[in-house]
Amino acid sequence: MNLSVQYLWLIPALPLLAAGIGSLTPRSGKAIAAGATIGAMGLAFLLSCGALVTALQDPSAHLVANFTWFELGHSTVRLGWLLDPLTALMCVMVTFVGLLIFIFSTGYMHADANFTRFFCFLSLFAAAMLGILIANSLLLLFISWELVGLASYLLIGFWFHKPAAAAAAKKAFITTRIGDLGFLLGMLWLYDATGSLLFYDAGKGVLESSALTALVTQTTVGGLAVSTAIGLLLFCGAIGKSGQFPLHVWLPDAMEGPTPVSALIHAATMVAAGVFLIARIYPLMSADLAITAAPLHALSVVAAIGAITALLGAVIAVAQNDIKRILAFSTVSQLGYMMLALGVGSWVAAIFHLLTHAFFKALLFLAAGSVIHAAHHEQDIRRLGGLKGPLKITFATFAIGMMALAGVPFVFSGFWSKEAILHAAHGWNVSHLPFYAGLIAVVLTAFYMTRLVAEAFFGKARSHASEHAHESPAVMTVPLVLLAICAVLLGFLGTPYWPWLQHTLDPKFHSEPGGAGLMVTSIVLVALGIGSGWAVYGRRLREKANAADPIEAKVPGLFAALAARLGFDELYAATVGRLNTFLADAADVFDRYVWDGAVRLLAGLGQFTGTVTRETDENLVNGGFDATSEQLKATGKTYSRAQTGDTHGYLLMVALGFVLLVLAVMLGGAR
Amino acid sequence: MSALPLLSLVVLTPFAGAALLGLLRNASPAASRALSLIFSLSTLALSLLLLGGFDPARTAPQFVERHAWIAALNVNYSLGLDGLSLLLVLLTGIISPVALLASAKAERDSRLFGALFLMLQGAALGVFLALDFFPWFLFWELSLVPAFFLIKLWGGPGATRAAYQFVIYTIGGSAFMLAGFAALFVATGTMDFGTLAQLAADGTLAQKLATFGGGDWTKAIFLGVLIGLAVKVPLWPFHTWLPPAYSEAPTGASMFLTGVMSKMGVYGFLRILWPIFPGPLHDASCWLLALALGGVVLGAWSAMRQTDLKRMVAYSSVNHLSYCLLALFAVSYATGRAGPASEAAAAALSGTLLQMFNHGLSAAALFACVGMLEARSGGKRGLNDFGGVRTAAPIFAGLCGVAMFSSLGLPGLNGFVGEFLIFRGVFGLNAWAAAIACLGLLATALFLLTFWQRVFHGPRGGATAGAFADVKPGEYLTLVPLVALMFVLGVAPHLLTRLINPLVTAWAGHLTLP
Repeated sequence: MNLSVQYLWLIPALPLLAAGIGSLTPRSGKAIAAGATIGAMGLAFLLSCGALVTALQDPSAHLVANFTWFELGHSTVRLGWLLDPLTALMCVMVTFVGLLIFIFSTGYMHADANFTRFFCFLSLFAAAMLGILIANSLLLLFISWELVGLASYLLIGFWFHKPAAAAAAKKAFITTRIGDLGFLLGMLWLYDATGSLLFYDAGKGVLESSALTALVTQTTVGGLAVSTAIGLLLFCGAIGKSGQFPLHVWLPDAMEGPTPVSALIHAATMVAAGVFLIARIYPLMSADLAITAAPLHALSVVAAIGAITALLGAVIAVAQNDIKRILAFSTVSQLGYMMLALGVGSWVAAIFHLLTHAFFKALLFLAAGSVIHAAHHEQDIRRLGGLKGPLKITFATFAIGMMALAGVPFVFSGFWSKEAILHAAHGWNVSHLPFYAGLIAVVLTAFYMTRLVAEAFFGKARSHASEHAHESPAVMTVPLVLLAICAVLLGFLGTPYWPWLQHTLDPKFHSEPGGAGLMVTSIVLVALGIGSGWAVYGRRLREKANAADPIEAKVPGLFAALAARLGFDELYAATVGRLNTFLADAADVFDRYVWDGAVRLLAGLGQFTGTVTRETDENLVNGGFDATSEQLKATGKTYSRAQTGDTHGYLLMVALGFVLLVLAVMLGGAR
Repeated sequence: MSALPLLSLVVLTPFAGAALLGLLRNASPAASRALSLIFSLSTLALSLLLLGGFDPARTAPQFVERHAWIAALNVNYSLGLDGLSLLLVLLTGIISPVALLASAKAERDSRLFGALFLMLQGAALGVFLALDFFPWFLFWELSLVPAFFLIKLWGGPGATRAAYQFVIYTIGGSAFMLAGFAALFVATGTMDFGTLAQLAADGTLAQKLATFGGGDWTKAIFLGVLIGLAVKVPLWPFHTWLPPAYSEAPTGASMFLTGVMSKMGVYGFLRILWPIFPGPLHDASCWLLALALGGVVLGAWSAMRQTDLKRMVAYSSVNHLSYCLLALFAVSYATGRAGPASEAAAAALSGTLLQMFNHGLSAAALFACVGMLEARSGGKRGLNDFGGVRTAAPIFAGLCGVAMFSSLGLPGLNGFVGEFLIFRGVFGLNAWAAAIACLGLLATALFLLTFWQRVFHGPRGGATAGAFADVKPGEYLTLVPLVALMFVLGVAPHLLTRLINPLVTAWAGHLTLP
């Protein structure tokens, strides 16, 4: 079964159609919305498998189908699809994990009033995410990227009547948009410099050698190669989306969304989009490595940010009490690992870890969802406890996920993919700091996951909710089991002894020897983490929900700082937030008083001039004229007394006059 | 081509409607509303006719009508339509009936309202179609009269002051422009836009003005025309009349003011200032870029501070229109520069035109939504007067959400394409300006999402606590066409770019200074 690249668009189009159906379905049509969503995703999964078959026929080929969106000036704006093993593997992963999570959701969300809307948003998300994967144009990727952001916004804020959820949704959108501004600028720069945004276009694409050569040879501010600057700007987008330091603050808050959303979007797929982006544009990101004298290589920054994030996320996770927040910070940390791998030159290892992480993190979140569902929405691990008895399947699958995440050797997939990353970091010739950061994070990861399992599943139930917990229905546990199987098996696709995945993604891949010593080291570190975690939390299990954490009892200050996430939110509120408020106030005050004041002053001056001229006119110019007219008026008034309007009076006058006339004539005639 | 004077019909039909409404003294409110709606729809119908006969490949004005009017002053009644005009006529055709519908309910004296509204519509169309300064200016000023009365008689508590400020400020600006054109006429003996642009392009205009009264004359005239247009758009910081005028106006008038009338200023920049004064505009472009950036960035930040939703949307208009000017000024800035500027200029100018159209749709829709909030809450429109509207009225929330995300520039909706092209162009012409303007994108997202969060999310409260109706049948007629267009144009922008691309290409191909 093959799917040629011309029809690749069907993969995102099917969920998009399902989203359209879902948006028009009334609230009562639960079966229609869920059926459309799951059916579309199932079909998309089959098509993705078909695409994978096509891609595997020649793993080194980049199959493309480009088309014109619209004409612009003498040129055109073009978009296109791209099919290569990276696209195909990612599509298979997203559709498969997505499908399982959708099925899980029908159980988890069955009582929600907005069930149909939920599935509509899930479909929208899936469509946009798959759009990112198949895009052969940075513009199309950006469009899908933003739509993924919208879906994430809608789903984090799905319970929008809760103010915390509404605030978290806004925070996620704004924080990622800050990164996206860098993405936008990088894209504009790339467009301006190369005249194209297509990745592969028969030699004229931006990831092909002629464009890359041109970008590397030009320099810009600070002596950076243009490709470095563009790469760093695009990386800003990845920092925002993938929850990297310093824009990681939105991801833990995103856990306000329903748990399947956390599993799908904020653990398995969307947050990995940043990693995918850097892997996709890897030729551009690594182009500046050709010039050894460059002041800065884009990938070095990626490695540094990745290492900081890997360590930071793991440290903060140690002191969280909310089961989902712990997993959220572990996601931050694992995404840091992936960035680290990209930065040190092994994008293949990054994608390997992305794929394994997608399965075991989805598993962990869904199992956490099963716990939350069973324990009546209790998420605080101090108030859980003793769940391994009643929730047998959930416990078993969660434990598999935990071991995969912690990197328990040989059997679990996370071990192999993390090993690949550490191996690559060890071989990086610029600095060994990221490697050490990675090693420390290995211990911490094993430690906090052991703490989580010990607190939540062992000991005795510490709240009413956890006492009465029941295992979730099959519609929720079956996806857990399937994901657990994948969380084990997937690692064998990329072991150093049979690196099929690495060769498929990058046919030029060759494994370097000398991994045995490193492997021993990391096994020891994992053992150290789990052992110390069990020593602190497992040997003396928590008795009461409000008892202090053992670490809190020893170093309360440090624990409090970690629990408060090292104060990043407060820091941003005090700096960026304040600045923002200040600018808004200033802009408003300027408008109201300075600009409008100037206009009013002008208007006032106009009025004043008007008054002055009016007074002058009336008193000076008109004064003489007025005086004359006043006299005239007075005279007129005097004369006007004669005209009384009285007819009798007039007649009398006429009669008198007549008599006088007659007398005069008579007297004159007598003379 | 038909012998019908189509453009005259486009312009005069609304005036005829206004006159008819004036004569029908005993028309019932319902009849008046129906009549005004029919006459208002004439523009849409006629513009579809125009669309059928329009040849995008020809960049010169089409459907030209030209009659001598005042021979002694060489004044002609001359109308014509190119891609730019067509776009705006279409926009007027879409926004006007929708805005009338949005005002259908609450207005007292529907007959007078309809008559004034039709006059306003006709005047705007005249502005978009006139090719000679004399009729153009006539329509330009004429539009103020109905706008004044619409704001003053049907507006909110501060309407009188807002209406006076709006009209006096705009007339004040126009006076400078009139003086400028008088000087141009004395120097050249013509007020025809095409001829003047021709004279400007080959340098004779500058010579004539120089012989007429020294070198600074051109600058002074340019400044006069600039002020007239800058007030109208408005260019920051000439914008302070806008928030009160838009927010005090009744819903339908706000929709028309922001949807159509705000485009008159940008149109003037594109049709008059840029072609007739390419040199002075280029010389001033550095300063003007700074002012446009001020509008983009500070306009958005001022919006963040507003608690009156209409003022907030009004400020977002300042921000959105500033993008248009930013693009034009960037093109002017790069004029005469060697290198591949024409590609970027084509993008910037296409973006400007699309942005004019898209902003018309999204801002009008947002004003309509605020109007619906007002109608349901007894006139409240404060940021904190509501809560949980999405729970109470999910369909309304959905439609308003689409309008909001369109305004925010979300890809997939119409707003993105225009803004992307503007940014693409401006980046190629002046990268720093594009980088600074990005802040406006961020601030826009911030205040729109705050609006959304306070009004639509959270528990039901304030004016939403009691009964709160979802979209009513009549209101669908207002919102659905606008929202549908947002989707269509977001996915298929070529429906519009097809009409303007040859024109824009021609503009971008002649970026030389005289």
